[in-house]
Parts: sequence; structure tokens; C-alpha cells
Amino acid sequence: MTPAAPLLVVDDIRHRFGGVQALDHVSFGVNRGEIKAVIGPNGAGKTTLFNVVSGLIRPQSGTVRFNGTAISGLPPYRIAGLGLSRTFQTPSLFLNMTTLENVMVGRHVRSRAGLLAAALRLPAQRREERAIHDVSLALLEEVGLAAAARRPVGALSFGQRRMVELARALATEPELLLLDEPASGLNTRETDDLATLIGRIRDRGITVLLVEHDMSLVMDIADSIVVLHFGVPIAEGTPAVIRNDRRVVSVYLGGDFADAASA
Amino acid sequence: MRPRPLVPVLAAALAVVALQVAVTAAGREYYLTQTIMAAYYAVVALGLCLVMGYAGQISLGHAAFFSLGGYTSAVLTTADLTPLARSGWGGPLLRLHLLQARAGLYGGETIGANPWAAFGGALLLTFAVALLVGYPALRLKGHYLAMATLGFGLIVYRLLLGTNLTGAADGITGVPPWRLGFGLEISGDGAQRIANYYVAWGLVLFTILLLTHIVHSRAGRAFRALHGGETAANSMGINTAAYKLRAFVLSALLAAAAGSMLTHYSGGIGPSEASAMKSVRYVALVAAGGMANLWGVLVVSATLNFLSLRGCFGSYDDALFGALLIAIVSLAPEGPLQPLTAQGRRLWSRLAGHRVMTTPEGPAP
Repeated sequence: MTPAAPLLVVDDIRHRFGGVQALDHVSFGVNRGEIKAVIGPNGAGKTTLFNVVSGLIRPQSGTVRFNGTAISGLPPYRIAGLGLSRTFQTPSLFLNMTTLENVMVGRHVRSRAGLLAAALRLPAQRREERAIHDVSLALLEEVGLAAAARRPVGALSFGQRRMVELARALATEPELLLLDEPASGLNTRETDDLATLIGRIRDRGITVLLVEHDMSLVMDIADSIVVLHFGVPIAEGTPAVIRNDRRVVSVYLGGDFADAASA
Repeated sequence: MRPRPLVPVLAAALAVVALQVAVTAAGREYYLTQTIMAAYYAVVALGLCLVMGYAGQISLGHAAFFSLGGYTSAVLTTADLTPLARSGWGGPLLRLHLLQARAGLYGGETIGANPWAAFGGALLLTFAVALLVGYPALRLKGHYLAMATLGFGLIVYRLLLGTNLTGAADGITGVPPWRLGFGLEISGDGAQRIANYYVAWGLVLFTILLLTHIVHSRAGRAFRALHGGETAANSMGINTAAYKLRAFVLSALLAAAAGSMLTHYSGGIGPSEASAMKSVRYVALVAAGGMANLWGVLVVSATLNFLSLRGCFGSYDDALFGALLIAIVSLAPEGPLQPLTAQGRRLWSRLAGHRVMTTPEGPAP
């Protein structure tokens, strides 16, 4: 595997829900170290694509390769163990736990103590617990929520919950981070903070693939964009290329505007 | 963050000692008998608390696992294994103390399994059966475990009733004492009552210590995470089916251990221990104790079982526990102790000057 090969390869994925072709021959790659965005109108199949990549849906045909390994068909927990983590469109936190414990769950794939070691609190298990605690607290600090560590996560605001979910995903030390509409429900300031944070995540060497509706955010931070329209990829390229793509403009604004824009 | 169960466990140990001293001083040592039995039932409830309260799965078959432990011990220790002892295997088995001689019913000597060996056999059998029942049910989302365990419990109950080996409707009596060493034995001998009280409550406190450690560990977080959101837990790398099975098997083993020990204490076991109403009772006790609340479950379970064993509920015994379950599920799903424990925690954190980690179960405020 050469270093130039893409980290994630989505190859000819097709998936149908009843009469709806949610994904139709979708192929693209995500290069190491880049921020890639998937955009498209509602119902374009973006979330389905994410569910296929993270293993929640087994695609009817096509393959997904991560780091050269075919991952389509693997259960989500195995895919997570390979270094692919995600957030959800609506933050999907464990409301029966504290903020810190939610992030600590993210360390599961990076730790190993079993039931017996835990029951007896063997020295190795105690050391590991301390490390889990410290790493998780540091991540909460990074998203600005260290003060809420011991509060029940249900007591946090929507925007804060998004940040906790992001910290939880980062706790798995992913190579590839999938963000499903990370800015939805955030106010302008929170969205700006998010953009900065995503930039910092990329600078750490983590590749980011995100689905997003907030166009200004996508145009700001994405290195490359794929546009889905009713399950079909209609364009792929840098923000500058996408912004001037006639088909993309017509999909988003309607055909007349596309003509006007090109006139 | 680190669990500090030692302080409450030591406090509880003091309470256990205080209770014994008070009961003895009051000349009512016979109360200890029901207290001992309540302790063993509490171990079942604590194990079920891990499955229900923390991992969010419902088992309606814990009475069956309790009986599996009790009956395995009873059958193996009371069966006349003299032919086996006289066979070629007899020598090594006797030398390893897996078999032991005891006074026969009509004088002379019979040979049965050593209670330790029977206990080991009970745990092995329960382990295998729990895997068999839990594996298919726990791979599916939803309450399939409740269905599977309900059916399993009914089967075990009918099998016990219809099998001569298990004494059919009479159950098994004449189970020998279990000598633990240091002069301690699990038996109904009046002279051993106080010692048995400490053995039983020692087991309870040991169980709660281990379970508290587990709840605040990687595995415990996995249990609580799959309860809080199975899809999200799976996406975070947790093999949710495997963890559900672990919680279930561990709690089945605790139930079997308690069943085995109580059978030695009582000197026997009957099929009513395996009835569906008994399983409902354990579920009701966990619900009444506040679901994800080991101490709450312990207090509620010990108190209600003690009263039930003293006959305080008369012929409404089973009805009471059924009604309790309905009342809690419909009126106070977080358990009647929830407001109390929340207050207590607030007070404790103010006194101790630090915040307490555990959160109440249930929807976000």
C-alpha cells in the first residue's frame, strides 16, 4: 500500500430502501490528512452513505475499503476498532452516564481490561483506568467542557452535547473521523468554534469526512467536496470547482439560477 | 472517578455486626435465620441489578438459575455415589476429596459429592446453560431475553416437578453441611447460626464490592453504554452482544452460587424456588431498589425478603411482589428510593466536599 493511496475508498456502492435508490453507484476516495465534505439536498443519501461506511448498514453492492481492508459487511464495533469513528446527526450520548464517562467509553477500543481484572481491581487495570480518565479529561478540556465532566450529560445544552460526542469520537484515536452534520443546531459562534476545532483535528493528522448543510462552513474548511443528488454523485472537487459547477448550482438553486449564474 | 466502595462496604459491615449484636442481646437470635436467607436472595437481586439496571436487559429466569445451583448441589451431595466410589474412579475421586462419606439415613455410611465439588459443578452447569439461553436471545435487539428466560424458567420449573431425581414436588432434603474450614460450616445447625449469618452477609458485601468495581470500569461503562444507546455503543467499538451476554452469565452465576449456598444452609430445596413468581419477585426487587442502584437493591431486597420470610405478608406474599412491580413501573420507574438517594448524594457530596460520579438512571432533565 503506497502512502499516496486514499485512506478510505468507497467503490461503486448501491443501496435501495424499498422504492428509493438511496445510493446509486457511489464512488470516491478520501485522502490521508484531508477534510472531505459530502453535500447534497435533503434525501440525497448522505446519512445512508455514512451508515454504510461506519457499518450500520450493509450495502447491497459495492465495497468500502479502509486502509486497504474491505470493511463493508463488518459489524460497527469492528470498524471502530480499525480506527474509524463517527458522530451522529442528533447527538447520540449515553444519558445514564456523566459527561466524562461518555468520553471514557470512547477509550474502549484503546484499552483491554476485562471483567475479572475490573472486579479484583488488579494493578494493571487501575493503571489503565487512570490513563483512560486522564486522556478523556484532556479531551473534554480541548472542547471546553472540563468543568462539566462530572455532570450528567443530559444536563448539557445541545451544542455542548455535540462537543461531548466529538470528544468521545476523538477518544477512540481514529485515523478517520466521520462527522454527520456537526453544525446543525449550533449558533454562529458555536459553528465558528467548531470550524476551528475541525481544523485542529486535521492538524493532528486525523482525516475528516463530514456531511454538512452549512455551506459557508463547508466552503471554509473542506479541502475537497463530493456532491450527492438523489443517491448519485454528480460532482467532486475543491470548493472553488464545486462553487462554479453548473450542475451543482442547478441542484441547489434550480435550473434558471444556474443559467443566470453562468450568463 | 475511582470507585470508593470500601467506605460504604465497611459501614455496611458495621451495620451487619450491630444487627447481630442487637438481635442476640434482645434474645431473638431466631431472627437471624430469615436474615441469612434474605442475604442469599439479595445476592441474586444484586446480580440481576447488573443485568437490568446497568446493562438494561430483563431476565425473568433468575429463579431458575438460583434453582439450578441449589438443585445441582442437592442432587450431587445427597445422591448415593457408593457404586462410583467402588469403581476404578473411586480411588482418585476420594483422594481429591471430590467425594466424601457421610452418615446414611438408616445408619452406615453413604458416599456423595463433596459440597465444594458440587458447588463447582453447579457453577459449570449454570455457565453452560446461561450461555445456551442467552447467546441467541442477546444477539437481537429488544426484549428477547425476557421472552427466552421466561420460557426457560417455566421449563426448569416443570422439569423439577416432573423428575424423580430432583424429588418431584417434594424437592430434596437431607443436604449435608458444607464445611468451609476454620470450623465454619454452612448448615442449619443452631449452634452455627451466628457463623452462618456472617458467611451469608460476608458474601453479600463481597458481591457488592466486586459489582461496584465492575460498574466503574471499562466493562461497566460498556454495560451502561449499551443500555444508554446500543447503536452508539456499537459504533464506539463495543461488541454489544458479547457484553450483554457477559452481564447475563455473570448474574446467572451469582444466582446459582446463592442457590447452592442457601440449599446447604436450609438442608434442602423445593421446586417453588424455581417458580415464575420467584423470578418476578427478583425483578420487582431490582425495580424497587432503583434499577441502577446496587445499595438500593440490597436494602430493599433484604428488607422485603426478611418480612416475607417472617410471614408478614401472609397469603398475599406473591401478590404483593407482583403489585409492587406494577406500582413501580407505572408510578416511579426510577424507583421509590430515587428522590431519597438523590438527596442523600447531595448531602454526602456537601459533607465530603467532592462531587459523586454516579448519575441517576433515566431521561435527561
